[in-house]
Amino acid sequence: MKPRFVPLALAVVLALAGCGGTTRDSGNDSGAAPQASGQADPNAPLKTGLKISFLPKQVNNPYFTVSDNGGKAAVTELKGEYKEVGPSDANASSQVSYINTLSQQQTDVIVTAANDPNAICGALQQARTAGAKVVTFDSDTNPQCRDLFVNQATSEGIAQNQVKLISDQIGGTGKIAILSATPNATNQNTWIELMKKELQKPEYSKIQLVTTAYGNDDDQKSFTETQGLLRSYPDLKGIISPTTVGVAAAARYLSGSQYKGKVALTGLGTPNQMRQFIKDGTVKNFALWNPADLGYLAAYAGAALASGQITGKAGEKFKAGKLGEYTIGDQSVVVLGPPTVFDANNIDQFDF
Amino acid sequence: MTAVTAPKVRQARNLRIGREVGIVVAMVLLLAATAIRNPGFLGAQSLRDLLLGSAILVVLAVGQTMVVITRNVDLSVGSILGLVAFATGKLFVAQPGLPIVLAVLAGIGLGVVCGALNGGLVAVAQVPSLVITLGTLYVFRGVDYAWAAGQQINAADMPPGFLRFGSATVLGIPWLAVVAAVVLIAAGLFLRSYRSGRDLYAIGSQPAAATLSGIPVGRRVFAVFAVNGALAGLAGVLYAARFGTVDATAGTGLELQVVAAVVVGGVAIFGGSGSVWGAALGALLLTTIGSSLAVLRINPFWQQAVVGALILAAIGLDRLLAVRMARRLRGRSHA
Amino acid sequence: MRKPWEITIVAALLVFILVASISVDGFATGRNWGFLLLDLAPIALIALPMTLIVIAGEIDLSVASILGLSSAIMGQLWLAGLSLQLIVVLVPLIGALLGAVNGLFVTRFGLPSLAVTIGTLALYRGLAFVVLGDRAVADFPFGWTGGSIRTIPGTPIPWAVLLIAVLAGVFALVLHFTPIGRGLYAIGNNAEAAAYAGISVGRTKFWLYVVSGAVSALAGILWTLRYASARADNGTGLELQVVAAVLLGGVSIFGGRGTLAGVLAGVLLLGTVRNALQLADVSTDTLTVVTGVLLILSVVAPALTRLTPRLRKASP
Repeated sequence: MKPRFVPLALAVVLALAGCGGTTRDSGNDSGAAPQASGQADPNAPLKTGLKISFLPKQVNNPYFTVSDNGGKAAVTELKGEYKEVGPSDANASSQVSYINTLSQQQTDVIVTAANDPNAICGALQQARTAGAKVVTFDSDTNPQCRDLFVNQATSEGIAQNQVKLISDQIGGTGKIAILSATPNATNQNTWIELMKKELQKPEYSKIQLVTTAYGNDDDQKSFTETQGLLRSYPDLKGIISPTTVGVAAAARYLSGSQYKGKVALTGLGTPNQMRQFIKDGTVKNFALWNPADLGYLAAYAGAALASGQITGKAGEKFKAGKLGEYTIGDQSVVVLGPPTVFDANNIDQFDF
Repeated sequence: MTAVTAPKVRQARNLRIGREVGIVVAMVLLLAATAIRNPGFLGAQSLRDLLLGSAILVVLAVGQTMVVITRNVDLSVGSILGLVAFATGKLFVAQPGLPIVLAVLAGIGLGVVCGALNGGLVAVAQVPSLVITLGTLYVFRGVDYAWAAGQQINAADMPPGFLRFGSATVLGIPWLAVVAAVVLIAAGLFLRSYRSGRDLYAIGSQPAAATLSGIPVGRRVFAVFAVNGALAGLAGVLYAARFGTVDATAGTGLELQVVAAVVVGGVAIFGGSGSVWGAALGALLLTTIGSSLAVLRINPFWQQAVVGALILAAIGLDRLLAVRMARRLRGRSHA
Repeated sequence: MRKPWEITIVAALLVFILVASISVDGFATGRNWGFLLLDLAPIALIALPMTLIVIAGEIDLSVASILGLSSAIMGQLWLAGLSLQLIVVLVPLIGALLGAVNGLFVTRFGLPSLAVTIGTLALYRGLAFVVLGDRAVADFPFGWTGGSIRTIPGTPIPWAVLLIAVLAGVFALVLHFTPIGRGLYAIGNNAEAAAYAGISVGRTKFWLYVVSGAVSALAGILWTLRYASARADNGTGLELQVVAAVLLGGVSIFGGRGTLAGVLAGVLLLGTVRNALQLADVSTDTLTVVTGVLLILSVVAPALTRLTPRLRKASP
């Protein structure tokens, strides 16, 4: 029985191979997507009673708990209805089922941080067709599937900041590595690409980026990846970890090892997690923004969209409560502001 | 049936010891190969990291071995570890002055409760442990998430003495490794020299015969799950001490690594044979592979594939040895 | 008296749907059912061969990893320029091959399927990462990705569901109305006796694993198109959901008992419970706990019904 199958199967396969068919180069239709349409009316009042739902990368991630609570504060000010849903694992496909649920529940605004720039697009499009406004924050999707993206800082700003911090600490020369989060995270990959570009500048010519390791935003994995980095590259001078989980885990490893003080570490971390490492000298400085502000801004942006104050086109302005006025930039991106650098001098002023 | 005489028992034990020596050889080869590439790999810091990294897996593997010997499996250990690790963190946040010993006991206690739930369902309802522990994997993890509600225990919240326990050494050997060694020796002695320990092997080899010969199978199985729960709880406390930062996802996916360690260590998945020493060696080997891959700069994506291939190789090898031994036993009796 | 568990499950399903339609907003809409069915599609698909395997007394835990590896291979082949028509034929064949490896280890080398498929679970998932690494391939043509979720005109039912219904019909036919199917029950009840009765146990089991691999790969293609994203981590953890659904549907983990209808009801029950609870804003944590409890109940309840006659007999 088996031998007869094989030539038949081969024949089918060869025939299909020869027939051509839909390939990558044969041109792609990306499907119609609802674009920003209609006129913006900056004087339209903010609607009350809006259903604004937050869908972070994963619900059990403390960074997102803080940012979503910021959103909650905003929604309370807006007299809307707040909800936070999401998967317990930072999985792209898991988010889709929640988007569908939110759409079913007639949510007015979906605020989400994407685990994968494309996997949730289909569901988001369907939600937008059903009337929801989609605002992404922290980690963007394909620009076609959302109305607005609230970026914590410009990606260039983050990349420049991180490279400068590490360069200052290692004296402008030496080998460095990057400890990232999950390999597909949009924001991580954007920043890493820009960091590599930044490193090509003449003032950083003596710095060599040897590798990028992935801690998957998992504390234990980030810890052991740091271990591995130092094992593989014994002459490593510095590590950049632009993720709160990664930088905290790396700091903890370094502070308990022989490399404390010898290998520089910087990244994007929360003051509460990093305070002891600043104080014990493992880390000189690191940066972040206030995630609560990020969620707050995203919620206000969503409300402005849903009330018709803005449509997402570049140049439009809207007010975001206590944060003031914001202008939409290219590709419908709103930037929160420059990153804050934390060091021994100011670390005690913050509590998040 | 072939008569089991002293020489045959010795043969069986020799085969098993040979199997374990095989793992040691594999590990030595691996260490050597990595050290050639990177001499620092055999340095003090590096070896300390290896021992530290494997301690938790060893504790889990010891418990799992006892369960697997009775022809069961416990897939909920990762969730138990996560739950206890988080509970330990919460305990210290609420009571910073708590003596470490008490925290350890509390963690073990919580682990016992979880293990007893597993054991009760398996022993009383006589339901396959695969399914039960699959269900409790979800249940314990869900409880953990619900309790944590997105919070995270930071290393800064833990008492420094506790964290030191997680990374400090005594005579150059990390405390965590000492704890793991104690657990290992205790379990090894229990399984070898105590009646109830030997009973476990009987239950795994021939459950019907075990019942007929008067072994209280239900009670033993219940106890073994409770003990495994206790060890998972201990591992949870060790985890909290080692990593300091704990959130609700701690321990996710560990069950696969534990089963891999046990299988690679020569414990038969169908019960009845294997030793905790082998499982501990399996745990050490897996940890070493993880580190080696990083040092040898092999694409880290290969790691999981390597673990899978090892499991297949290990069970294949065990099967080969079992067949060879059965043939030899049969051969002798006909001689 | 026939098949009381299946009746219980189907009844539970209907009752739950009724209750949910009344009390949960948005549950009983066509759109929601469309989403639900799409979400369940891969689970239902993989549950079909899994049912046959468990009835025959084995298990296959590597299905989700085969799904992931298939997705990764699909992405890689697409990047290499192969046509989609060719890919959707090649990938299930590769899946069949992956399943054949499982079958080989279980039948030829006589290794326990639990251990083997845990090994291949890790191996195949690892290979998926080796093949595609950390990237996601997402530029599949909209005609295909949109088509995978397109519904039959005039109804909210996606075309994909029709495909699964047809496959389910085929599997049900084989299981319940052919000698091969009856042979599976025999093998599950007592493999030795089945062998003596002339059933070639090894060959049957081998082909079961091949089919399981092929179907898992097909599920991988559907998954990739539906989410328009080929990733190495697609489907992680799905095997547990499939096993849960199969056991909930009345298939005995010991082998030898169970029906396809029961399994489909089990899949639907788990899916509708999850869907309704999500719509009712029940937290993810509670959902996780509920899944676990349902799974435990699915084996404890029949076990208890087995125990009670014994107890009744025991008491004077």
